[in-house]
Amino acid sequence: MNIVVCVKRTPASTSVALDPQTGAVKTAGLPHGINPFDEYAVEEALRLKERIPGTKVAVLSVGPAENDEVIRAALALGCDTGVLLSDPAFAGSDVYALSLILAKGIQKVAETRGGVGLVLFGRQSNDGESGHTTAAVGARLGWPSVISVRKIPEAADAAVTVERLREDGTDVLQLTLPAVLSVLKEINEPRLPSLRGKMAAKKMPVETWGAAALGLSADVVGKAGSRMDVVKMAPVPSRGAGVVITGETPEDKAQALVAKLKEAKFI
Amino acid sequence: MAYEGKGVWCIAESRGGKVSPVLFELLTAGRKLAAARGETVTAVVIGHGLQDAAGEIAGRGADQVLVVEDASLKEFVDDVYAAVLAKLAEARKPRTLLLPATVYGRSLAPRLSVLLRAGLAADAVGLELDAEQRLLVTRSAYAGNVVATVLLRSVDGPEIATVRPLAFERSAAGGAGTVAAAAPDAGALAGKTAFVSFGADRADEIDLGAAEKIVSGGRGLGKPEGFELVRKLAKTLGAAVGASRAAVDSGWIPYKHQVGLTGRSVRPKLYVACGISGQIQHMAGMNASGTIVAINSDAECPMMKVATYAVQGDLYKLLPAIVAEIEKARG
Repeated sequence: MNIVVCVKRTPASTSVALDPQTGAVKTAGLPHGINPFDEYAVEEALRLKERIPGTKVAVLSVGPAENDEVIRAALALGCDTGVLLSDPAFAGSDVYALSLILAKGIQKVAETRGGVGLVLFGRQSNDGESGHTTAAVGARLGWPSVISVRKIPEAADAAVTVERLREDGTDVLQLTLPAVLSVLKEINEPRLPSLRGKMAAKKMPVETWGAAALGLSADVVGKAGSRMDVVKMAPVPSRGAGVVITGETPEDKAQALVAKLKEAKFI
Repeated sequence: MAYEGKGVWCIAESRGGKVSPVLFELLTAGRKLAAARGETVTAVVIGHGLQDAAGEIAGRGADQVLVVEDASLKEFVDDVYAAVLAKLAEARKPRTLLLPATVYGRSLAPRLSVLLRAGLAADAVGLELDAEQRLLVTRSAYAGNVVATVLLRSVDGPEIATVRPLAFERSAAGGAGTVAAAAPDAGALAGKTAFVSFGADRADEIDLGAAEKIVSGGRGLGKPEGFELVRKLAKTLGAAVGASRAAVDSGWIPYKHQVGLTGRSVRPKLYVACGISGQIQHMAGMNASGTIVAINSDAECPMMKVATYAVQGDLYKLLPAIVAEIEKARG
């Protein structure tokens, strides 16, 4: 089967500064890399490749030319092919528009590689953090989707069985393929690239598809195709200074703390 | 074509006929919006065996409860639930749909957004209206370092937001809403996802996301046995048990207890951090907590600096002393 794993290029650190004039997050010049949550999706794609004979993994990313580096990082780990969906018209897309771009890209991967069985995402990005993209892409494609996957106990060409971590326990679900999944950190331990892998990835071709190649008009992508605008970004107000609980012995400190908690009606 | 939607829909999450109390937080949030627009609030419950729950909801802040029942809807299956709710919304045209920012809500809301051409915002902690009565959503981004305000502006569909649990107070009992059944669209009931089974967590464990009090342990505990003290304090306080990434990665406690960027985001009224230094990734998951208590041997670590109450000392002496003191205070 063919697997598509989607990766995002994000700031490596989330301790970002805000531009006081525009209120926008200043990300230029910050070190960027593969969204840490996506590393588990790449690893799971590679493990499925090892489990299911004949599986190929395509790594897909949306964004500017700089995203080439995160695609190659995934190729260095063992992904087979890379695709960059890139067009100035894509800039400023919200989840609604982005999911359309991704769906068109996945469909084109399916056309050029003889079908796609599974699409894998990380749980969320470390910058936008919505965790909404996976299910939106599922709906765009008309494919089933499951988020928060902690384990894939069974995987074959026609169906997969997944364990979904919920707030109250674990659901086991079976999906008819093709399907879209997002995986949790719990699912695996990502491998590190080998030197040979890194060298090979440098030379591998990465295809680039723009809006025209995907059959997307300018009014359905980017800001025009979005249904959400960011109107303000503000730093989080810092918490006021706290109280240091003092006392001679642990018992004294415990007594002083519990008195405070009692005052606040926690006890 | 312009979309003329009216009213707020609060979509309930349920399992086995029991509705998650996050619904009552959605009703509080929805009521404010509906009142400002002069519209009504509808709770939508979908599943099987929900009649009792519907009655309670009708007496707790919903003008109307729509009950969507079918034996095949007994368990939550993404594609089917989304298709059924989308058909219902297409027919009745709500203006706003609110869902909990849980696995359930994050699974359904994006599918509904695509099916209904709706603007979508994640993880709302605040909901306001702009001058044109469009929805402004406040949420945190960049690991809790930034507060973002986003505007939903779809003209040809409704607006949808997932709402962070515990961001709003739960609606109180009162009012007498109506209960009505809405038959699911038969065509929407066929999906490509089959529910196999559910394994519940231990019944004595409180879910982190909905917990009003959390006691968490970190690397400072030094060994897995330290969590026995953390659990003891949690039990005494009636709190859920959390952990830092370091403790989870050390294998001291399962991943589902992890608080922070790669774990759960929580906002309890009381967060007790035992032996957690306060790495930025951990802070991202709990810095919206009401009161923070830090217990640590290192008085200079970041957690002790942000704490409402900082207690410096040996965890193995302090935690039992605190438990004993609480028991004494309760008499």
